[in-house]
Amino acid sequence: MTHQPRLITPDVLIIGGGPAGLTAAAELAGRRAGKILVVDREQDAGGIPRHSDHTGYGLRDLHRVMSGPAYARHLLQAATAAGAEIRTSTMVTGWADADTLDVTSPEGRYRIRPRALVLATGARERPRTARRVPGDRPHGVYTTGQLQNLVHLHHRPVGKRAVIVGGELVSWSAAVTLREAGCTPALMISQYPKAESYGAFNAAGRTVLRVPVATRSRVTRIIGKGRCEAVEIEHLDTGRRRTVACDTVVFTGDWIPDHELARAAGITLDTGTLGPLTDTALRTSLPGVFAAGNLLHPVDTADVAALDGKHVAEQVVRYLNGERPSDQGVRLIADAPFRWVAPQLLRPQDPAPARGRLLLWTDEFVRFPKVTVRQDGRVVSRRTLAWPAAPGRVFRVPSGLLDGVSPTGGPVHIGLR
Amino acid sequence: MTATPRSPHDGVYDVAVIGGGIVGAAIARELSGCDVSVALLEARDDVGDGTSKANTAILHTGFDAKPGTLESRLVARGYHLLSAYAEATGIPVEHTGAVLVAWNEEELEALPGLKEKAEANGYTRCRIVDADEVYAALPDLGEGVLGGLTVPDESIICTWTTNLALATDARQRGTTILLKHAVTGVEEGTEATTLHTAAGEVRARWVVNAAGLGADHIDRLFGHDRFTVTPRRGELFVFDKLTRPLVNKIVLPVPTSRGKGVLISPTIYGNVMLGPTAEDLTDRTDTATSEDGYAFLLSKGERLMPRLLAEEVTASYAGLRAAIDRSDYLIEASPEQRYLLVGGIRSTGLTAGIAIAEHVRGLLEKAGLPLRTREELPPPPRMPNIGEATLRPYQDGDLIDRDPAYGTVVCFCERVTEGEIRDACHAPLPARTLEGLRRRTRVMNGRCQGFFCGAAVTALLEQHQTDDGCRSQHKDNR
Ligand SMILES: Cc1cc2nc3c(=O)[nH]c(=O)nc-3n(C[C@H](O)[C@H](O)[C@H](O)COP(=O)(O)OP(=O)(O)OC[C@H]3O[C@@H](n4cnc5c(N)ncnc54)[C@H](O)[C@@H]3O)c2cc1C
Ligand SMILES: Cc1cc2nc3c(=O)[nH]c(=O)nc-3n(C[C@H](O)[C@H](O)[C@H](O)COP(=O)(O)OP(=O)(O)OC[C@H]3O[C@@H](n4cnc5c(N)ncnc54)[C@H](O)[C@@H]3O)c2cc1C
Repeated sequence: MTHQPRLITPDVLIIGGGPAGLTAAAELAGRRAGKILVVDREQDAGGIPRHSDHTGYGLRDLHRVMSGPAYARHLLQAATAAGAEIRTSTMVTGWADADTLDVTSPEGRYRIRPRALVLATGARERPRTARRVPGDRPHGVYTTGQLQNLVHLHHRPVGKRAVIVGGELVSWSAAVTLREAGCTPALMISQYPKAESYGAFNAAGRTVLRVPVATRSRVTRIIGKGRCEAVEIEHLDTGRRRTVACDTVVFTGDWIPDHELARAAGITLDTGTLGPLTDTALRTSLPGVFAAGNLLHPVDTADVAALDGKHVAEQVVRYLNGERPSDQGVRLIADAPFRWVAPQLLRPQDPAPARGRLLLWTDEFVRFPKVTVRQDGRVVSRRTLAWPAAPGRVFRVPSGLLDGVSPTGGPVHIGLR
Repeated sequence: MTATPRSPHDGVYDVAVIGGGIVGAAIARELSGCDVSVALLEARDDVGDGTSKANTAILHTGFDAKPGTLESRLVARGYHLLSAYAEATGIPVEHTGAVLVAWNEEELEALPGLKEKAEANGYTRCRIVDADEVYAALPDLGEGVLGGLTVPDESIICTWTTNLALATDARQRGTTILLKHAVTGVEEGTEATTLHTAAGEVRARWVVNAAGLGADHIDRLFGHDRFTVTPRRGELFVFDKLTRPLVNKIVLPVPTSRGKGVLISPTIYGNVMLGPTAEDLTDRTDTATSEDGYAFLLSKGERLMPRLLAEEVTASYAGLRAAIDRSDYLIEASPEQRYLLVGGIRSTGLTAGIAIAEHVRGLLEKAGLPLRTREELPPPPRMPNIGEATLRPYQDGDLIDRDPAYGTVVCFCERVTEGEIRDACHAPLPARTLEGLRRRTRVMNGRCQGFFCGAAVTALLEQHQTDDGCRSQHKDNR
């Protein structure tokens, strides 16, 4: 190859211009941490909120509520105004060497070697194939991401009658989008005994959404040649099966982080989240490489991702100033019914996690969760929280519960009672 | 002779080939290299939309074929012909080699016999190796390997590009490609045969039946009753690209009487594949995947490579082999009818396609159709590279500098660029559907299956179809 790729060397490279990446950029540029570059592979920065055209964004970080697209524009504007450079249609495709990334954009193929790197690549929903749902392969089977892209960014029609698979927050978001596109959400299918995310909506919201929910159920087959005609569903307890007619199926939730770059660099992943394993300063196992947002906790709300970005900025500045972490530390481990906890590493002298919260994902609904922290067979702390642990959304635990943990002890287990 | 399209001067083609799969496309290409007019009739809206799109994509050496059969001869010859053709056209191919793995005493004892069989097929490079050597080549195999047989030349190839290259080549040599032309009736005349199709009549002096799963139906329309096709379903899992480092070679099971069994193979696109199953059906359109198929594959995979199963599945699909009630290809000419049947191209047709075409040409000549090779043929098409082994457009800085559309990544998981989508929509055999575009570019075939790019790809396909024929979407007017 005759082509000698150009190399650019910003102080900080942020991969991913979603709420986490843009907020980190605004914060870093505001602190004059040198040249801050954000790259995003989409034509426009903003991440998922760009196509999530309904209200519900910005509460925790901006203390007001706005639509996804407005929120995305706001974050982009703030990052640009603070002096960060944002390059869109710019995709990081891999690592040229341990410190250098390969990039493809209409401006060319080039390389970036930053002093510090923040991975903020977000998460995606597992599509039907990854969930191993057999059957035909007709048109009309989407994830919420694809559905929202189709409807809100490309203004394309979808079908007339949809089945929504999943009972997470995002599943209701899918219902809203379907309604807007003139498609009736005929049934929601959830493996849980209750579509617990109901609780996240107020009574008014629920009446507007009114979607029948088949609980304790799963999709066992997709039916239809050409266009989708029906799905077969099974009740998990009785094993009874039935088919439900629909021309559209939306697979929602069931997130997996976009961890390709992290994995390619050999960064240690957490087996629960499948995102990079980080400490409370959001450092990954690779010095100088940080991570933030839904890459770490698939999937939380956008404002929490944004506040991760704010949190990581300060840690990046410290790193640029030469501060290095203690090599001591204890692992946090999520015990069932928790599926994962983030972050996963507690080191002496490190800050409290972003917002002073640990984030967890539960597989069971517990209305009055008594959270217990144990280390080396000893109960470190125990507290009943005032909010339920509900499947389908992140469960937040004040990090103060870790105060009694010994930084030189064994792994710390977080469980319910 | 020139390379101008040879259309029939009297509305009657010299040869009509039924079926636009790999076999039919290879035959059309071969015949249109001669001084005859050729039509290729395909029932669907694209070539390569039948069995040829859904197989294991292995370029077989033919080491394990039944010695002395037509199949064994044509697979061995096809291996060399397709390898050379891939080189000339840019069909992605990787000569990874295979290891046939024995998991129990019985299988271990079968290895010497398999080596002898390979030699009887003219393939002399197999070697019997011990368990250590198997694990050295494939460290992530499950526990319990007793030994293996290496097949250093077994290879992986892109089945989609193979079909497209052959059909494009045929077209450039003058074949008329008639899509959406399902043959439903046959009328034999003294001079020509009339084929009734969904899109009208097509007349030809000679007819070649390469209709795959439908070949017995066509054969009956010609008044024969020699065979019945049984659709034998094969289901497969495609694992995430992050698994590719686990599998650098094709992992073959010891074959049984029921078939080749479940294998693990790298794909040319950088994934790992597990499958196929083998299940006889009655419905020739049933390419659905099934619960039982999944369960079977997962149980096999658990044994073969447990680490693989912990990874994400990117896709699953099923293909139907055109199995018939005899253990060889069924290729026969009926000179009095000016008709030739190519049937029972079960599980090796991708590899053997070009060799089958050569064989068919010989049979047609013998049956009385004069076939003279034209002197000046257009060069074979240069196909877009959708394989991982050589430079892809998104990695090619010079190309992007010349045309930034190759620097705009549209499908992130598969790194497919706007330039490639544009090109596929304006190719000699253009993509007209999302499925066609997927096979030409890999777009939407990745781990997100359209979460990020599905809507954008749909829009691009539409945009490029509305200005069909206009190929000026370049640098200056983007
Ligand atoms: C349908 C839906 C509805 C939602 N509704 C709400 C809601 O009402 N309220 C709320 O608060 N939250 C909501 N959320 C969640 C919210 O959108 C996410 O929490 C938030 O977007 C996460 O931010 P992030 O920055 O971590 O990741 P993302 O927003 O996913 O951003 C990641 C960015 O990284 C880029 N990227 C990834 N890899 C590369 C690469 N290799 N090179 C270059 N760029 C790359 C991507 O293009 C993307 O722009 C919703 C999510 C969905 C899917
Ligand atoms: C699971 C599986 C794994 C395999 N693995 C391999 C492998 O690793 N290596 C290998 O070499 N081979 C493999 N094969 C075999 C290979 O795929 C087939 O042998 C080959 O694709 C057959 O090509 P074809 O052209 O005969 O059939 P097809 O591709 O099915 O083409 C026939 C065409 O005829 C058309 N048609 C049918 N009826 C009519 C009609 N009435 N009018 C007009 N058109 C009609 C169909 O639409 C179709 O497009 C595998 C097959 C399967 C199913």
